[in-house]
Amino acid sequence: MGSRASTLLREEEIEEIKKETGFSHSQITRLYSRFTSLDKGENGTLSREDFQRIPELAINPLGDRIINAFFPEGEDQVNFRGFMRTLAHFRPIEDNEKNKDPTASEPLNSRTNKLLFAFRLYDLDRDDKISRDELLQVLRMMVGLNMFVSQVLRMMVGLNMFVSQVLRMMVGVNISDEQLGSIADRTIQEADQNGDNSISFNEFIKVLEKVDVEQKMSIRFLH
Amino acid sequence: MSGLWHGKILMLMVVLTVSRHSLAFQARNANPSNQPGTNASTGNGTENTITTLPIVTWKWHHTEGPYLVALWVLVSWICKLVFQLNPALTNVFPESGLLICIGWVLGGIIYGADKVQTFRLQPFTFFYYLLPPIVLDAGYSMPNKQFMGNLGAILVHAVIGTVWNAASLGLGLWGCWLGGAMGHLNTGLLQLLLFGSLIAAVDPVAVIAVFEEVHVNEVLYIIVFGESLLNDGVTVVLFNVFDAFVSLGGPAINAVEIIKGIISFFVVAFGGSLVGIAFGILISLLTRLTKKTPTIEPGFIFVFGYLSYLTAEFLSLSAILSCTFCGVFCQKYVNTNMSEKSVNTVRTTMKVFANGSETVIFVFLGISAIDPSIWVWNTGFILLTLLFIFVFRFMGVFVLTWILNQYRLVPLGLIEQLVMGYGGLRGAVAYGLVFLLDENKYKEKNLMISTTLLVVYFTVMLQGITMKPLVNWLKVKRATTDEAMLAEKIMNRTFDHMLVAIEDISGQIGHNYLWDKWHNFEEKWLFRILMNPTARKSRDYIFNIFHQLNLKDAMSYVQEGERRGSLAFVRNDSKADVDFNKQFDTDFTDMPDIMGPDHIPVPFVLRDSVPSVSLNMHEQDQKMRESEDFNAHHLLQQHLYKGRKQRHTYSRKQPVVNRDEDEVQEIFQRTMRSRLESFKSAKMGVAQPKKITKHSKKDQTEKMSNGKPADDSKIHSYGDEDFEFSEGDSAGDAAGGSFPMAAYKGGAGIVNPAYMAEMDSNEPMPPMPQIPPWLAEAGEDSSNVAPSQRAQLRLPWTPTNLRRLAPLRLSTHSNDSFLLADSPATQEGTEPQPPLPLQDGRGRGTHM
Repeated sequence: MGSRASTLLREEEIEEIKKETGFSHSQITRLYSRFTSLDKGENGTLSREDFQRIPELAINPLGDRIINAFFPEGEDQVNFRGFMRTLAHFRPIEDNEKNKDPTASEPLNSRTNKLLFAFRLYDLDRDDKISRDELLQVLRMMVGLNMFVSQVLRMMVGLNMFVSQVLRMMVGVNISDEQLGSIADRTIQEADQNGDNSISFNEFIKVLEKVDVEQKMSIRFLH
Repeated sequence: MSGLWHGKILMLMVVLTVSRHSLAFQARNANPSNQPGTNASTGNGTENTITTLPIVTWKWHHTEGPYLVALWVLVSWICKLVFQLNPALTNVFPESGLLICIGWVLGGIIYGADKVQTFRLQPFTFFYYLLPPIVLDAGYSMPNKQFMGNLGAILVHAVIGTVWNAASLGLGLWGCWLGGAMGHLNTGLLQLLLFGSLIAAVDPVAVIAVFEEVHVNEVLYIIVFGESLLNDGVTVVLFNVFDAFVSLGGPAINAVEIIKGIISFFVVAFGGSLVGIAFGILISLLTRLTKKTPTIEPGFIFVFGYLSYLTAEFLSLSAILSCTFCGVFCQKYVNTNMSEKSVNTVRTTMKVFANGSETVIFVFLGISAIDPSIWVWNTGFILLTLLFIFVFRFMGVFVLTWILNQYRLVPLGLIEQLVMGYGGLRGAVAYGLVFLLDENKYKEKNLMISTTLLVVYFTVMLQGITMKPLVNWLKVKRATTDEAMLAEKIMNRTFDHMLVAIEDISGQIGHNYLWDKWHNFEEKWLFRILMNPTARKSRDYIFNIFHQLNLKDAMSYVQEGERRGSLAFVRNDSKADVDFNKQFDTDFTDMPDIMGPDHIPVPFVLRDSVPSVSLNMHEQDQKMRESEDFNAHHLLQQHLYKGRKQRHTYSRKQPVVNRDEDEVQEIFQRTMRSRLESFKSAKMGVAQPKKITKHSKKDQTEKMSNGKPADDSKIHSYGDEDFEFSEGDSAGDAAGGSFPMAAYKGGAGIVNPAYMAEMDSNEPMPPMPQIPPWLAEAGEDSSNVAPSQRAQLRLPWTPTNLRRLAPLRLSTHSNDSFLLADSPATQEGTEPQPPLPLQDGRGRGTHM
């Protein structure tokens, strides 16, 4: 399949993607074959359903949010370019990239862009603020408080789990919504500087100042 | 600095005491501190047959051993104490180096007194008493995730790196020996390899001592530290293998023996680790049952840790690895199984033991040097060893890191590699091992001992001292101070999920994938088996941190209050008990209830809760955010008014708690009140506008009909029904402009029109009934309305209840007015509720 994938991808396209995302040639072809294997409709784009077919994503509490991050606003399809652009956020920062000339546009995997990606996961309405509610929603997801029927079904189908297992997982949630609420309050309070009771992107950066985002938001893409 | 001098004098006295004790055998010459005993002894101690009943007898011989041990420990610790009182000294010299210096001084005194070195670090003492606590502590306090995350790098460095160090040093020395650089030495390839293996290992004791002072970044630290810990095990294994080889003699070693040696190496290493993990499981299982014996609960950890060490030792497996993995494995489960008190005890005690033996070891390392009988000087051998150790260590680090960097997510930079290479401190393990050598087999034992000592001194002193300047000069990334912020924790969690998802999407099995799989496995099986059920329930990563932070805040809040000398807040808040208990109990113990009818997740912003959460923060920083407080004050009013109903709903299930009882919880409750306020707000967010509008706009019947569906809808976990309310109250939405979420969410934001309007714009209040809403509500409900389900809920709200509530309101208010003392105008203006004139007055009265 790999050979098929690479033949379908034009050389100049690879070059462009390389330039934009910084992935190596082999990484691009490998990811392209992954892309095509996900693309069940074989129309060169991925839909949300294509992503949701990945079984492990079903149990990822933030799975839906992350899938959403692949889609430009208001669109239901993502092509390979867009796919790669999103993945590029997770490319580790290499040494030679750190001291590139400052005039060049910021690479997708810069610290700021990585943070922006994480920020967007929270900021559903794209008003550049994480409100208490938005934070709470993510917290709920992370402790498994809102599992939707669709998600449960997907887990059962995708992971061959029994209903009882899924139910046990849901009941296993050991934190209440009230507790989450106060956790959200406290989190916002920690980060909030201008008193608007929400976290702006600048505040977000500030809070994560000490966190090694470069490392914590990078994975090693196989060649 | 008087304390310092006291310390020094005391120390000198003890030194004298100890040094003269060794003379005491012959001379019976008692030291000053034992003066009374001496007198007694002259009378009775010498006679074997008793003629008359001795009142006091001199029993020095009975107590000599333990007494000396105790004194030694005391001396070493006092040395440490003295250094810690001298920050100027410890800033330049690493503590370990200073302790060695003290050891020299002590050794000199002893030698001067005895003319022979009577104190020596015995390998048995070292390996069975001094080392286990250090190893156990290192394993137990190991940051698990980082350790596992860098396990590959650690193992490569610990295993391959150590083998490389041993082999290269042995071969290098052998080559030089053959070349004649060392004169006549009675040795051979195998003996030199043995020497190489015993000195190859980076020593955890020395590394911890130096690196903890330097504060390098966590990845670097965990690699150096993990390596030093694991390669001790490797060294001991190598040492045993080569020792056996030496015994076999050169000609007897064939390919089979070498293969056996390699197999034995792996069996010993992995066997030791498995023994450790087995003991870790045992501890975890045992601590599930120790709820009833909290006093010896912490003891189990130590006993099992020590047993894991000894068990591995008698199975001739790697004891160090066993103990390390025992600690690494059990920490998570043990910490959740045990009570918080025991966890703290274990942590503290472990540190005491580990630090204590570390100190003793370094002092002894110094003392051992003052013994002419062990010193054999061979310039070639010693200098070459030093050189090779230094050079080969760097070579090994660079090559291995280069290979690892091909696979590492974040490659280790040159600077980090330099520090890693430079951090190759040798220490007590090498010294302990070299003393184990059999003099008959190893003719050059003393040369090896002196070389080992010199290597230890060189690395610990010179490299230790220069480490800090080097780290500064190279600008090595330092450790982040602490990750105490909740936001960071949450984000770290998010990052984890994200990485796993991206790995899934990009279709590769990476480190995160494996970690996630392990996590799921752990969640499914290990937690179930190894944790007791209640602990498992309360175990939530984020919530735990939240809990810790809250406790910290609560404590500082009380302290702050006491410092200000104001007991007012104590009194006032104690009246809030009732409300509190409910909230507290339910939230912490009674989960299902919350998920029941009272459970209303609120999908829109509640700005109000934040200021109430941050009350103490404000107090402490003295940061007055005017507008925030303004809102806080106002909204607290709102909340407490709502609070009654909340309380009420609870009180159906649980009897109202007498506010005089449960004094124990009072402090916690008092300080947690503000936090719980936010829990409440989470629930009240939906209900709030509903009620107000009912009172202000709608007649009673309408309210009731509206109320019923609302109650039913509470069972849903999601608040879709907000829209119902918001449609009904759409007038209020416009006023929600200042609430960011409300603004863009449009209909979703349910805002109470009454208070919103005047809060945001200071406009005069819309016409409202001049009765306190709750009074109105309660009165009408109890009298006029047919006992619908809702009304029944409300029935107990008799005026008496209300009266009890008033102080509650007051207390919040007064807490706030505490902060708002300088802005009374705003405060006045913000009072939205009719009863406020009275309340306001009383509230201030309590404070002014």
